Amino acid sequence: MLDAARQREYVLRGVEERGVRLIRLWFTDVLGSLKSFAISPAELENALEDGMTFDGSTIDGFSRVQEADVLAVPDPDTFEILPWSEHDAPEARVFCDIFDLEGTPFDGDPRQVLRRQIEAAHADGYTFYVAPDIEFFYFDTPVPGEPPKPLDHAGFFDLTTTDATGNLRKRTIRTLEALGIPVEYSFHEDAPSQQEIDLRHTDALTMADSVMTFRLAVKEVAAQSGVHATFMPKPLERVQGSGMHTHMSLFRGDTNAFYDADDGYHLSSTAKSFMAGLLRHAAEITAVTNQTVNSYKRLVPGFEAPVHISWARNNRSGLIRVPIAKRGNPMATRLEFRSPDPACNPYLAFSLMLAAGRRGIAEGYELPAEADSNMFEIGEDVLAKLGIAQLPQSLNDALTSMEGSSLVADVLGDHIFEWFLRNKRQEWREYKTHVSAFERDRYLGTL
Amino acid sequence: MTVSEPRERPDAGGRRWIAVFGDPVAPDLARTLDLGGYTWKSVVNEHELAEMDHSEAWSGAVVDCTNDPERAWVFARAIARDQSSPLPVLVLLSGGQLADLSLRDELFDDFCITPFHPAELEARLAHLVWQVGGGTQPETIQYDDLTLNVETYQATIAGRPLDLTYMEYELLKFLAQNPGKVFTREMLLSRVWGYEYYGGARTVDVHIRRLRAKFGEERAGLIHTVRSVGYRFGQSRWGR
Repeated sequence: MLDAARQREYVLRGVEERGVRLIRLWFTDVLGSLKSFAISPAELENALEDGMTFDGSTIDGFSRVQEADVLAVPDPDTFEILPWSEHDAPEARVFCDIFDLEGTPFDGDPRQVLRRQIEAAHADGYTFYVAPDIEFFYFDTPVPGEPPKPLDHAGFFDLTTTDATGNLRKRTIRTLEALGIPVEYSFHEDAPSQQEIDLRHTDALTMADSVMTFRLAVKEVAAQSGVHATFMPKPLERVQGSGMHTHMSLFRGDTNAFYDADDGYHLSSTAKSFMAGLLRHAAEITAVTNQTVNSYKRLVPGFEAPVHISWARNNRSGLIRVPIAKRGNPMATRLEFRSPDPACNPYLAFSLMLAAGRRGIAEGYELPAEADSNMFEIGEDVLAKLGIAQLPQSLNDALTSMEGSSLVADVLGDHIFEWFLRNKRQEWREYKTHVSAFERDRYLGTL
Repeated sequence: MTVSEPRERPDAGGRRWIAVFGDPVAPDLARTLDLGGYTWKSVVNEHELAEMDHSEAWSGAVVDCTNDPERAWVFARAIARDQSSPLPVLVLLSGGQLADLSLRDELFDDFCITPFHPAELEARLAHLVWQVGGGTQPETIQYDDLTLNVETYQATIAGRPLDLTYMEYELLKFLAQNPGKVFTREMLLSRVWGYEYYGGARTVDVHIRRLRAKFGEERAGLIHTVRSVGYRFGQSRWGR
């Protein structure tokens, strides 16, 4: 980092001048939940220099009991005053990297996983840029056992006069911008009470931090109005679920490595191999990009969510879309990976997308032909003949694909890889033993 | 809100002119001077020093001995001889050249070893300039209703605090010190981030966009995109 001492001085001086009362040290667990502990301003200098020790065994998926203590080292570049803290008693947050007490990056820390992938890409001369389109729902405060109640029944791009959700969205965007998270577009999505906010591209680490902040900001602003915001992938039947389509590009300095003016698709061979890597390893990384039982209720035909492992320029039923860049702008050439949902761990998801793509480049994978027809209207047998497979159909299928993947094991490291599989197998077992309303309604009377 | 015209010279009176001897001026020296808010000119001999329009306003001189010590000391001696306008001199030299300092006490006021730590050099320069009553250094940079206090690192816009990360602050400071001037993304990258930064000029775009987000909708236009060139802070020098 540039001028680390100066940067620390800047943060410390800011805390003093602004009268910051509390500094929240943020980090992320394996499943992508934001974790936090607070320190007083007096502790900050020490924390920036040496980190703060805490008992990692209290965090799911972090350290084992016998090696409990780990070190949280704040990344001063991520220091921000929280806009929702009280005006006269400001609070700040700073993201942390986790180390073990010897100072080596801690294997249970997803932010370190992403750092490793970014550094590997950098060694090849690449910077990885991502821009997610994040969907979510607003509901009344949930009542256990009852279906969620949307705040409105508007649809795609609807502008309603009594747009309560529109006001929430507006306030959310203001909050995000105050946190240095620029928003590119926002609109009412297709389903009742569903929103989409598209973030402006940044490097992958900044973006993973931004996604964590985003989820908290959305919930925080909603809660201030007594509304519940959720990133659950498929909260309502019969309407579309929430995805986190992720636009991505690789830059070599100032040149978009995905762009080639001479190609019919304006895609470089790097972009094509990257895309081929994503396609070939898609099934293996799905357990991470779609990590809940509920995620697979979104990945079904008929809702603009991808089901098949294919790519196309303007076909939203495929897994990867190659958006047509405005005025053929070389800087805007990118791939849109459409399977992830907003309940994923963004650090791990971005790490695997980058690694799958880079594997494609390194091994020179051949890109399959574009699948430009609507996949939902073609029979499975025809697709099979074309060599177009399906994404995993359930968390169980996805875990099986992941388990056999050396790519995923390499990227996540043994610690996270094994813990993730164990934790998610357990979730699947619990789900499998659950008897649902569907089954009772269907079978209880007739069988 | 009334929009006031940008002042003719936003930092007039507080501008600190530094004469720099060094051929060429080392990039990290240039960067430290820029970030420290100094206006500097490369000067190769005492005649050039005297000929400058701002000769009576020089706040200090930096004499870089690393490349050509002989000519550097000649230059320092010329400054020392001119008693009409005493000018404090900071000498930059490598660890191996320390012996050159002996018996030359009258030729310099302070020195710094190269490669230098930017924060150290900045602190030494601030002190050097302060010694000759150059304590008129600009504590604040103002443009319309944006204020940057370079002492406390605090920024406000329309009276409300503008909370910036370090790099956002450094970028804004650099731009606000040079209102009306168009910078290419490459220039901003090298001046604010330094040459060693690998992110590429896209980093500049990302940070500009974040600054605009924090300014809020009404003031996002403070930083203009100059199509296919780069960015400009505030109004153009050539009118609107």
